[in-house]
Amino acid sequence: MALQLSLIKDLGRFRLDVSWQVGNELAVLFGYSGAGKSVTFQMIAGLMEPEEGRVSLDDTIFFDSAAAINLAPQRRMLGYVFQDLALFPHMTIRQNILYGGHGLSKSEKEDMAGGMLKRFGISDLADRPPSRISGGQKQRVALARTLMRRPRALLLDEPFSALDTPTRQEMGRLLKEIQREYNIPVILITHDLQEACGLADRMIVYADGKAIRSGRPDELIPFPARNEAEALVRQDRKPAFAACPGSSLC
Amino acid sequence: MDSASWFSLRLSLQVASLATALILVFGVAMAYLLAMKSFRGKEVLDMLFTLPLVLPPTVTGYYLIVLFGRKGLIGRPLFEATGWSFMFTWQAAVLASFVVALPLMIKTARAAIESVDRDLVMASYTLGHSGFTTAVRVIFPLAGKGIMAGTVLSFARAMGEFGATLMLAGNIPGKTDTMPLAIYSLANSGEWSKAHVLVAAFTLISGMFLYIANRFGRRTA
Repeated sequence: MALQLSLIKDLGRFRLDVSWQVGNELAVLFGYSGAGKSVTFQMIAGLMEPEEGRVSLDDTIFFDSAAAINLAPQRRMLGYVFQDLALFPHMTIRQNILYGGHGLSKSEKEDMAGGMLKRFGISDLADRPPSRISGGQKQRVALARTLMRRPRALLLDEPFSALDTPTRQEMGRLLKEIQREYNIPVILITHDLQEACGLADRMIVYADGKAIRSGRPDELIPFPARNEAEALVRQDRKPAFAACPGSSLC
Repeated sequence: MDSASWFSLRLSLQVASLATALILVFGVAMAYLLAMKSFRGKEVLDMLFTLPLVLPPTVTGYYLIVLFGRKGLIGRPLFEATGWSFMFTWQAAVLASFVVALPLMIKTARAAIESVDRDLVMASYTLGHSGFTTAVRVIFPLAGKGIMAGTVLSFARAMGEFGATLMLAGNIPGKTDTMPLAIYSLANSGEWSKAHVLVAAFTLISGMFLYIANRFGRRTA
């Protein structure tokens, strides 16, 4: 399995204690807001230090409290798309994308950025600032920028939450395409069950600071492990059924 | 204006420019440390550098004499090594202006750096960029207007520095009499017409700088 973690961190309101693993697939972290999903991402990326635990990607250990290993975020080679996308407002779209090409020569960067602009259909917007493009276009820029990093895994923190439904679906398809193309672990946080069910190869359900279930969406949805998860699932079970037409369980 | 007045004006501009250049380098670095890093004694450090803002300039000047005087903690080894002392030189006026105006830069730049969206900083780190590159390419450009406002305010304050300069550099005509000191001397000796001209020139320059600082400040907010 590619990305493996076990983490313990006291977050004040609750204690986060999770362990799960994700292969080269599209996984969804699913659960209430404030269940510790974003914090998990920050600890995977090295932006926050767990009290105890271990995070590894293939044979690289990012963090191991027992062995006192803690790789700086710069050395983890992860693509991280923030909830607000974190596009640099003082740079153009092209400059934003070029900024992701750390470690490449100037010409390699230019070539790769040109390819990304084309790949994501944003070549026309290259010289605009992020404030002058639409939400869906911003998503594409954020994805392109993070792929410039040549990431070994992608973490996306509710990147589609501000989008309208058609754009959301389109971005979901694009993300799935990227996962298949790069064949790396892609992990998405959402609390939209329909989205989770439609996209996920694997779903990891968070509640009360624990990852209570992990598996294929069609395995999980009918058998919630706890009342909290059941409540989450029940509130929009119908759309979830519709979102998984191929599954006999949905 | 007579030649003595021109000298004072030129000296004031020279002292304030040099002090501001030093403040820009040191103040922004300090503001970055205070805004971005957590370490023991951080707020004590902030307090120490802010003190000159509230202390009477004579008290700040007194501390500077204790530190940089010929028998001072830093001044004595410096004098023994080089035979040179800060006391009663125009460089002392730079030092006094630097210390007194520094808090204005630290306060303004720290607030500007703290207001930069943390996600942007984190994004830069996850994209592989070091703390230094992130500071230069993301944090400082985004805090740029605050830093500019801090620079202009510091310059205006350095131009107006009187008390600490008087203690450390003295008021030596043709050597350390910056405009505020020259005005003091002129008023003391009743040379009102010369004083009027210097006061008017000084007010004009300071007003201009405040106007510029406010413009930068407004665009930051």
